[in-house]
Amino acid sequence: METILLLAHTETDGSLAQSAREALHVAATLHKSVAVSQLVVGLIGENVQSAADAIAACPATKYFGVIGKDFSQSRYATDTAAAEAICRTSGATVVVAPATSRWNRVLAGVAQRLGGHVDTHINGVSANDGKIAVNRWYYRQRMEAVLNRKQRPWFMLIDPGSQPACQSRSGTASIKNVVVELSDACKRTTVIGVREPAADAQTIRPDAQLLFVTGAGWTKKQADGQPHVPEAEKLIRGFLQLSRASLGSSKSLVDQSGEGQAILSFLSHLNQIGQTGATPRHPKGLSTCCHGEEPHTVGWRFVAERRAINLDPNCGWARGKADVLYVADAFKVMTKVNELLAAKT
Amino acid sequence: MNTVYQIVVCAGIVPDPLQTLEPVASPSGPALKNEMMLPAVLDPWASHSLYEAANLAKHLPGSKVWLVSLGPKAKLQQVMMTVAQKVPFELVALDGPGGGFTEAAEVAAMLAEAIQAIPGLDKSKLLVFGGWESASRGAGATMQMVGERLGIMDQFQGVDELKIAADGSLEILERIEGGKHQISKCAGLPALLGWATGNLPEPKNNPQIGMVNMRTVMPALQKAKPVKFAGDGLSFVNVALPKQLRETRIVKDKSPDDVAKEIIEWIKK
Repeated sequence: METILLLAHTETDGSLAQSAREALHVAATLHKSVAVSQLVVGLIGENVQSAADAIAACPATKYFGVIGKDFSQSRYATDTAAAEAICRTSGATVVVAPATSRWNRVLAGVAQRLGGHVDTHINGVSANDGKIAVNRWYYRQRMEAVLNRKQRPWFMLIDPGSQPACQSRSGTASIKNVVVELSDACKRTTVIGVREPAADAQTIRPDAQLLFVTGAGWTKKQADGQPHVPEAEKLIRGFLQLSRASLGSSKSLVDQSGEGQAILSFLSHLNQIGQTGATPRHPKGLSTCCHGEEPHTVGWRFVAERRAINLDPNCGWARGKADVLYVADAFKVMTKVNELLAAKT
Repeated sequence: MNTVYQIVVCAGIVPDPLQTLEPVASPSGPALKNEMMLPAVLDPWASHSLYEAANLAKHLPGSKVWLVSLGPKAKLQQVMMTVAQKVPFELVALDGPGGGFTEAAEVAAMLAEAIQAIPGLDKSKLLVFGGWESASRGAGATMQMVGERLGIMDQFQGVDELKIAADGSLEILERIEGGKHQISKCAGLPALLGWATGNLPEPKNNPQIGMVNMRTVMPALQKAKPVKFAGDGLSFVNVALPKQLRETRIVKDKSPDDVAKEIIEWIKK
């Protein structure tokens, strides 16, 4: 029998993140598909009761919790100890978890401790005749594989945004408290804070409807033979403020900072999408002044509707990758777009 | 601060990102078409970790960097011709499959074994670096398993910055959701860091560094331990390229005003 464990951590306010509910959807669907299986839930955090209550009507038969202030921190040593304890206590054979930064850091280590295996960046899980298979990408989203494993426990980290969220009703969950003794060695690391740009300067918005991708063309010489970086910066900033889009960038643009060229001051490697950047999930994507494979193929692999503005009608990367290619000057178009957006607000 | 660090960087090799990749079936499972013919590079995120390691060692006299790399020996040699000119290191080579379809757990076991075999390794001075994910398997799992095998309880992933305080404690910035960084303080070594991009540019090639490195690189390649992976229990049902081609509508003759209006309508839809 498969024991399918949904393993989640609570947020700072004690709630469950959307990504945890998405993983729960996967776990519950898997439980339904595998005839001889049980679904259990494991939660880690300072206090997990409200999180468990929020999903109490899901098909899980047992709830396990590792609770305490030591487990509020996103820290390898304590998180691995907690996850290991829940996995052992529950007897989990399949562990489904959201691919948050916290779980990405620790679950491979937990799999190692338990003699199991781990698959990450999963965007699909299915079961046929009791045989479970997962979908994941290889070579930075260039090819997709379907694979299965005989080994157990099998840890599955589900990419946030790839699945619908479980809409289970709330109730009252009975949680079995799993006690974890921590040595001093587990507390050598302390989380001391979070660094983030000021709210109005934050350009990465995972929940945005639109991903706005900027390419190196914004910093190149324009029709008058001069670069217009300050103007580009103002246009892009303005668009982000008005549209609430998330900002992505080509590698070549963010790399310019290391090469001493004029750059857009608010860009960092965190904005980079593509081969060595992120592959965010947004319903729509608009690329501007990009010419290359990374933004058009890898970077917006998980962007559903795609449009591009480019002066080159033969841009081989936009053609076949975008739904619409506007052959136009992005400076002029985005100036007008900003005017129209401003008029509507 | 007189601390001397032993910095071990784990870095695989991957096909040059500009190459077209196509999966094929091989007797040992999925592979890349013409895999041995594809030009290779040091894995990008692992490369950043190597540059960070070298920079750290440069500022802490007596510290040393080892580069532990697993891949087909011929490919490793090709990649080392370039990498060896970037920063000083001593190579520890493992001759085995370097593709993305291998098991993270098996790779981790081999890397950990190679690290443990480094003469004079002292865990109280040990920093293990690597990329937080590779550009091949892209699982972000190998480094954690290496750390577990080495008994390292302080691990960090998606690292963009490391500062070492006068008391030997580490301050580390890790990428978290929403374009933010988590700041952690770690009391001391050993620690394992899976790097994202960090803050350093790629060093320019320096033939003098290359000459010094090559004195140890070639012998290391010659004595590279052969490695084979069983891949037991893992079955690939299918590996395929995504259907990429879209019918792109080319809009050539519209004014910027009209294009802007169309974009606004689309965004608002």
